[in-house]
Amino acid sequence: MDKVVSLDQAVEDIHDGATIMLGGFLGVGAPLRSIDKLVEIGVKDLTVITLASGHPAQDFDVALLFKNKQVKKLITSHAGTCRIALSQYANGELEIEYFPLGSFVEKIRAGGAGLGGALTPTGLGTLAEEGKEKLTIQGKEYLLELPLRADFAFIKGFRGDGFGNIQYRGVAVSSNPVMATAADFTVAEVNEIVDVGSIQPESVGTPSVFVHAVVQGHPFETHKKIYTDLWVRSKQLK
Amino acid sequence: MDAREMIARRAAMELRDGQVVNLGIGMPTAVANYVPADVELTLQSENGCLLFGHTPRLGDEDPDVANAGGQPISLLPGAAIFDLATSFAIIRGGHVDVSILGALEVDQEGSIANWARPLAPGKFAPGMGGAMDLVFGARKVVATVEHSGKAGSKIMKKCRLPVTGKGVVDVIITEKAVFDVTGEGLVLAEMVEGLAVDDIREITEADFVVAENVRPYQLSSPALIDG
Repeated sequence: MDKVVSLDQAVEDIHDGATIMLGGFLGVGAPLRSIDKLVEIGVKDLTVITLASGHPAQDFDVALLFKNKQVKKLITSHAGTCRIALSQYANGELEIEYFPLGSFVEKIRAGGAGLGGALTPTGLGTLAEEGKEKLTIQGKEYLLELPLRADFAFIKGFRGDGFGNIQYRGVAVSSNPVMATAADFTVAEVNEIVDVGSIQPESVGTPSVFVHAVVQGHPFETHKKIYTDLWVRSKQLK
Repeated sequence: MDAREMIARRAAMELRDGQVVNLGIGMPTAVANYVPADVELTLQSENGCLLFGHTPRLGDEDPDVANAGGQPISLLPGAAIFDLATSFAIIRGGHVDVSILGALEVDQEGSIANWARPLAPGKFAPGMGGAMDLVFGARKVVATVEHSGKAGSKIMKKCRLPVTGKGVVDVIITEKAVFDVTGEGLVLAEMVEGLAVDDIREITEADFVVAENVRPYQLSSPALIDG
């Protein structure tokens, strides 16, 4: 069994109108090469699911898909750092659905774990409760947040092996593991592809069963330079 | 001292040694610069880490270590990094002692609005991020807000913008005054020296009562650490 494929092979089944989850948090821990490939193949009318959208530096990460007008709908918790998405939303080219971040993660978790949803008090008495069922459990009121899944998930790992085991580094662990569980086809982009057995079992952040394809992302030194440049460009690092 | 620095220095006075604290983006982030030297906190970043420190210097950054603003951070000894489900178990599960948030509006019922500015009819930005979970889950919610804006008082009878949480705020800090939110409404607890209660009433839309022993506005001194 070898799940290592080229990026071209990994995206060959993606079609216009697909629902795609993208790991990362404001561009950190994001599958950057996969996003570049999606821009290159130009699939349109996508529904993009991303937890917090776009690094403040702009023109990075998911912002490239908006720039290329490939997104019909964005499902997220926060889009304020992605100016192009907000301008498309303001003039009616893009639909946005917001969920509170904690609820959002549980929706994806439920989608991946075979649960019927999650009950949370978050959002009661706000616009976030619109259209959602309310349940009273042991005398307390909760909102029912329904499961969320995607056709494809693109996640970013540090190391990956041919079985599809993925090891994470740093805060990439925040958004990527949960998304890996909740798609029909999960592509893991990693800085380094290693031999099966190289990742200590307890260091596996996403077990192989959730991963359908492993692709080579930016090698670590390139990856490091990309973020240093990004942070310097956005004056977040001096 | 400008309004934002005053608010940050006053908000720092709300924090006690040993607390787990989440600081929102913007004005609340600056609170970390004014925490008294004898108060040690565990700062949480909602994207999944505990015990982060200052922005690293160029050359010390790690491409995979950043905060909820996508900004590089350093990690302190004892730091932890975890997934978002765990991060929001901390937040929603009542394990955060104090959440300090910026606000667009607050009201006399303790509601806060900070996630939605109207962009077009029926369309809002930027989105709530983790703020709704924080106001429902943190044990104490501190709203920091400039007392007035172009449209008048931001301490209102009722928020006009879509709220982040209803009746969730415990303390409101502006650059003029501090209000406690109680079951009976707002109580003016502190005001800046030189101001009278009538001055506060004039700039405040909300109703409030005055605490029996209303105090002068407290300010924390800058921490004696490399900021």
